[in-house]
Amino acid sequence: MARFIAARLGQAIPTLWFVSILIFGLQLLMPGDPALILAGEERGDPQVLAQIRAELFLDRPLVEQYLRWLGRVLAGDLGFSWRIREPVAAVILAKLPVTVQLALMAFAIACLLGIPAGIASALWKDRAPDWIANGVALAGLSTPNFWLGIMLILLFSVHLGWLPPSGYVPLAEDWRRSLATTVMPAFVLGTGIAAVFMRHTRSAMVQALAEDYVRTARAKGLAERVVVAKHALRNALIPVVTLGALELGTLLSGAVLTEQVFTIPGFGKLIVDAVFNRDYPMVQGVVLVTAVLYVVLNLVADLLYAVIDPRLRTA
Amino acid sequence: MREGRGGYGEGPWRRALRRFLRHRAAIVGLVVVAVFVCCAVAAPLLAPHDPLRPSWTAIRRPPSPTHWFGTDENGRDVFSRVLFGARTSLLAGVVSVVIALLLGVPLGILAGMSGGWVDALIGRAADAMLACPFLILAIALAAFLGPALENAMLAIGISAAPIFVRLARGATLGVLAQPYVEAARALGNPPWRTASVHVLPNILPPLLVQATLTMASAILAEASLSFLGLGQQPPAPSWGSMLNTAQRFLETAPWMAVFPGVSIFLVVFAFNLVGDGLRDALDPRLAR
Repeated sequence: MARFIAARLGQAIPTLWFVSILIFGLQLLMPGDPALILAGEERGDPQVLAQIRAELFLDRPLVEQYLRWLGRVLAGDLGFSWRIREPVAAVILAKLPVTVQLALMAFAIACLLGIPAGIASALWKDRAPDWIANGVALAGLSTPNFWLGIMLILLFSVHLGWLPPSGYVPLAEDWRRSLATTVMPAFVLGTGIAAVFMRHTRSAMVQALAEDYVRTARAKGLAERVVVAKHALRNALIPVVTLGALELGTLLSGAVLTEQVFTIPGFGKLIVDAVFNRDYPMVQGVVLVTAVLYVVLNLVADLLYAVIDPRLRTA
Repeated sequence: MREGRGGYGEGPWRRALRRFLRHRAAIVGLVVVAVFVCCAVAAPLLAPHDPLRPSWTAIRRPPSPTHWFGTDENGRDVFSRVLFGARTSLLAGVVSVVIALLLGVPLGILAGMSGGWVDALIGRAADAMLACPFLILAIALAAFLGPALENAMLAIGISAAPIFVRLARGATLGVLAQPYVEAARALGNPPWRTASVHVLPNILPPLLVQATLTMASAILAEASLSFLGLGQQPPAPSWGSMLNTAQRFLETAPWMAVFPGVSIFLVVFAFNLVGDGLRDALDPRLAR
């Protein structure tokens, strides 16, 4: 197992290094001179510009700039926000719990909807429940989540008045109001992932139900319920469990639009606000944290898979 | 020597076409895509009103025989704007996919054919890009390039390219082991000729499937970027930016949000149906 972990870490580290180059490279696309943006009204003063360039090492060769930036990032320093003049890492850490709450709720909704639908679809393969589940899953994958959010606000907030259309209340402050403000965005985020879960569960269950061990279980005279739950489902859920870890990363992406629609002050809204405020260090910081989270979740998924299925450790 | 339908001697493309035509859902998808393409092409002929012209006497009017989908906050006809919005969405989808193909496929083939450090370098770069969620990378790129439809298309194309790198590399490795490629190399064909004449045509099926599915993702991404204000800029019509505006008038003019959203859903759903059908037709092993 130790060799397996070492091998997977060996793959993740070069990927993260390339991620760092990619994110540092983003600033090369920036139109104009960053010193001019930072100087604000003093942009006409060459001394101020020279001072800013020297402070940010913008007057040094690109490789040196990258190495300095990488050194700071490795020490946990993602730079200073140009807009709110606070450390980027601290702002991201403050916003992350909001998105994590949303992502975990969405994940629970996705599991509750997607996995049972996938099982039903596999058990009634090529019959009405299968067609319906597949159609609904494809519709879920094709629905823009920001539009679904708008439609839910229209129904549950504007017409029925059951739920608040926007805002966020922390869980620790008032759990009921917190749930009321996050249930719609979590549902919006969860439906897209539910569709992915449904398709994977279906495919894994169809495969598992055709295996010899399932045929043997049936031949032994076991009840169909036992065959499905104890033999087929336990094996079929292995890839779905690991897929779950990967989809948590996708949820961060979906959160960008959902948080915008429901005005939730989380990680996703942070990047959009940073984009419009031309707060480039913040944009870089958010992309970097997302990518690192995604690589780590990938690693966790691989390790989880190896824990559940020991055959993979030797692969 | 052809021996009729499905018989021995039927070419792989003909067989795929036959399978595709039997896929009812994919045909429905294809018809919907065709309808949207026709609407986009013929938008100036079909639109009953100028999509950009405000009418201060018809602000936020509900759907009626004069304005089938109602009017927006400036009195512009929503139906006409949805028709012209189809142009933006389909153009963004096609251009983004072409950019992704032009970047991803040559790099994927190069990685697959070269091996060694070139393969490792391209592979790691693709992995790094895939580590950033698609939309977040597109938002970051669009942010640094500046808000405009052209930049959004470029950002989406670049963000989608690593999938094609991975796919083309994998397919190239599979094809390289085939006797006809070995024969082409043994005959002294230069690598570029082997790549373009012998490898590329034989890795087209999975690329075609992925391109269709990426069209759906690209249309969704363009709508998302325009919704955030990073794509098509107002007053030019785009389904995403129309939804952004509609959000402010949900209580008084819900129709402004319904029709652009339904259009995005329908066209993305249709491309996904066609993509699934193509996958089943071109690679039956991957059929659901």
